[in-house]
Amino acid sequence: MTVSQVSFGSHEPVLDVKNLSVKYIGDTRSTTAVDRVSFSIGTGEVFGLAGESGCGKSTIANSIMRLLKDPAKIAGGSISFGGKDVLAMSPEELRGFRWQDVAMVFQSAMNSLNPVLTIGEQIVDIFTTHAGYSRKESLRRAGQLLELVRIDPARLKSYPHQLSGGMRQRAVIAMAVALKPSLLILDEPTTALDVVVQQEIMAQIKELQRELGFSVLFITHDMSLMVELSHRMAVMYGGRIVETAKAQDVYANPRHPYTQALMGAFPPLTGPRVPLTGLPDGVKFRNIPDLTEAAPGHFVAPVSADASAADTAIMEGAAR
Amino acid sequence: MSHAVLSSRRPSADTEAAALEVRGLGKSFPLGGLFSRESVRALHGVDLAIGRGEIVALVGESGSGKSTLARCVARLERPSAGEILIDGVDVLKRDRFQASRAFRSQLQMVFQDPFGSLNPAHRVEHFLRRSLAIHRKGGSSETETRQRLEELMTTVGLQADMLNSYPHELSGGQRQRVAIARALAVEPQVILADEPTSMLDVSVRIGVLNLMRKLRDEQGISMLYITHDLASARYLADRTAVMFAGELVEEGESLDLLANAAHPYTQLLVSAVPDPARAGSYDPVRRAELRQAVMASTSCAFDGDPNQACSAEEPVRHGVGDPENRHWVRCHLYRPQAGAGGHALATEPTDNKASA
Ligand SMILES: Nc1ncnc2c1ncn2[C@@H]1O[C@H](COP(=O)(O)OP(=O)(O)OP(=O)(O)O)[C@@H](O)[C@H]1O
Ligand SMILES: Nc1ncnc2c1ncn2[C@@H]1O[C@H](COP(=O)(O)OP(=O)(O)OP(=O)(O)O)[C@@H](O)[C@H]1O
Ligand SMILES: [Mg+2]
Ligand SMILES: [Mg+2]
Repeated sequence: MTVSQVSFGSHEPVLDVKNLSVKYIGDTRSTTAVDRVSFSIGTGEVFGLAGESGCGKSTIANSIMRLLKDPAKIAGGSISFGGKDVLAMSPEELRGFRWQDVAMVFQSAMNSLNPVLTIGEQIVDIFTTHAGYSRKESLRRAGQLLELVRIDPARLKSYPHQLSGGMRQRAVIAMAVALKPSLLILDEPTTALDVVVQQEIMAQIKELQRELGFSVLFITHDMSLMVELSHRMAVMYGGRIVETAKAQDVYANPRHPYTQALMGAFPPLTGPRVPLTGLPDGVKFRNIPDLTEAAPGHFVAPVSADASAADTAIMEGAAR
Repeated sequence: MSHAVLSSRRPSADTEAAALEVRGLGKSFPLGGLFSRESVRALHGVDLAIGRGEIVALVGESGSGKSTLARCVARLERPSAGEILIDGVDVLKRDRFQASRAFRSQLQMVFQDPFGSLNPAHRVEHFLRRSLAIHRKGGSSETETRQRLEELMTTVGLQADMLNSYPHELSGGQRQRVAIARALAVEPQVILADEPTSMLDVSVRIGVLNLMRKLRDEQGISMLYITHDLASARYLADRTAVMFAGELVEEGESLDLLANAAHPYTQLLVSAVPDPARAGSYDPVRRAELRQAVMASTSCAFDGDPNQACSAEEPVRHGVGDPENRHWVRCHLYRPQAGAGGHALATEPTDNKASA
């Protein structure tokens, strides 16, 4: 099964993010968490988003879901979903939009279940309120969903605190796919899963995705997993996209020094244990320019000349 | 930076008491409501020792009992059976009901969920300042405390101005680093770190792993490093232990364990590490074989072991390769008990299109 080789249907974008900027305005410090970010996701496409910790990935996901709260402010740009302006949706429209059109597995998934309801009650709730199934039918489907994520359906009676971290994460994944949304946003969905379960669940999601044709925005720090699963991907740094291309191209031929550092910094599973460094101390990219097409379909933010001394340092770090 | 091979700690002399040792640790939880009679056996007969200045990685299936082990050792959960020794002292006997402050200065835990483990009402500064104050590590003046706070932030790669932030203002990876800094503030002898770096980008992650190694090298801190990232276990840990369905199935020097995985579950884990070169494919036939071997092996690769006869009843340990590596594997004939956890390998969807 070489799922990621499967071509994705049409290039008609489901989601189109243009020049999005998001600020957090605080009394002590204001942060531009997302800075003029543009990308689009086609129907049936899996789009990966990687980058530095704190570079704005979850902020982008929350913007798409219209879940940003004070003091966050969308400072510019647009988000359109299936041709509709997401930023202009009324509360009424948003109710249908969330869960049914777009579902999200939050990075805080482990902590986002309702502590006083059993897992079963929570899944059944989704089916009865949003899909109008009977209680009995909902319960049957809830059991199947747990099996899909490799949890014994006997656990429908468990409360969230009675599940392991990874089991809670899996329960939330099950809830997100329950209503077969057209866009699934996964924000670090597998941080608490062992690689066997992770691989099987991602294969299940891929299978469902091929069958139902939904699109996926996939955020993870696991570059290998991202490259394996995504059709295209983008790498962010400091609120900006520094590189975007087909995932295999980013993997085989990373062009931005930050991407190179990311691709080179994971320790190997064979050979001697040699010291690795991430980004060397003090290497920071500032005033990142707009992307230019470095090769067909491969867009990179040019690195300015004054940062070039730092670049060599990064390359060395990455080579180890 | 040299290309030197990173050293790992030589095994300590047998006479020296381990920094942390658990013997026959067991823990069961009721399944479902309070009065339910069904139970989940989260841990069973776990024996594990961590020497002074040693880093041991604990890997294994999701739901196999790793966090429960750490939580029992940290005295957040009362084990149903077994002993926990710190520096040779049985802490379940010494502090019978709860962890004392002295215990918490000795041992600190970094929790798995950074979103659930920081009280939302407080600023970052509060968490660190409190740890420093309780364990008297803040120095003698406000200036010293301030300096220590800033140092701690820098150590985990955060800007000092984030001391003023509330947890909800931090990204996942930033919270994880605050949680690490909070444990480090206490300067404990033992750290139990439950997936401390799962939300960090690889470049920051390497920085944190290098920091942990440095603390071990310079201050002799011992560490239990729970992770799903086998490569980082291999990079950081002297030894790695593998858990499945509440029990350890294999343990040994990290490089040797991953190169010569002897238990079918360990082999399954190693085979499932994502690899872009494989592009999402795995061999379903090999997968099924390994699964079968884990769940219901009918033979053991160590049949005829002169030192230890095979057993389907007792979890006996066979030595693997050079004794120097202290690498052992549980006899393949011994099967995970029914009712042990609700482990994922046992749960195969009856219908692949369950939700379709
Ligand atoms: N409510 C808030 N107030 C102020 N700053 C915030 C707030 N929420 C997030 N930030 C800041 O915005 C930046 C982006 O945060 P975000 O959560 O989007 O990062 P991320 O890319 O998801 O990181 P990670 O990989 O660590 O989860 C961070 O520097 C964070 O500190
Ligand atoms: N408070 C509790 N009540 C009931 N069952 C529990 C409780 N805590 C844990 N369990 C059960 O014990 C088993 C082991 O859970 P544990 O959290 O230790 O797993 P883990 O190895 O840390 O998994 P993960 O990698 O997913 O975090 C699971 O079956 C879980 O459901
Ligand atoms: Mg995030
Ligand atoms: Mg856990």
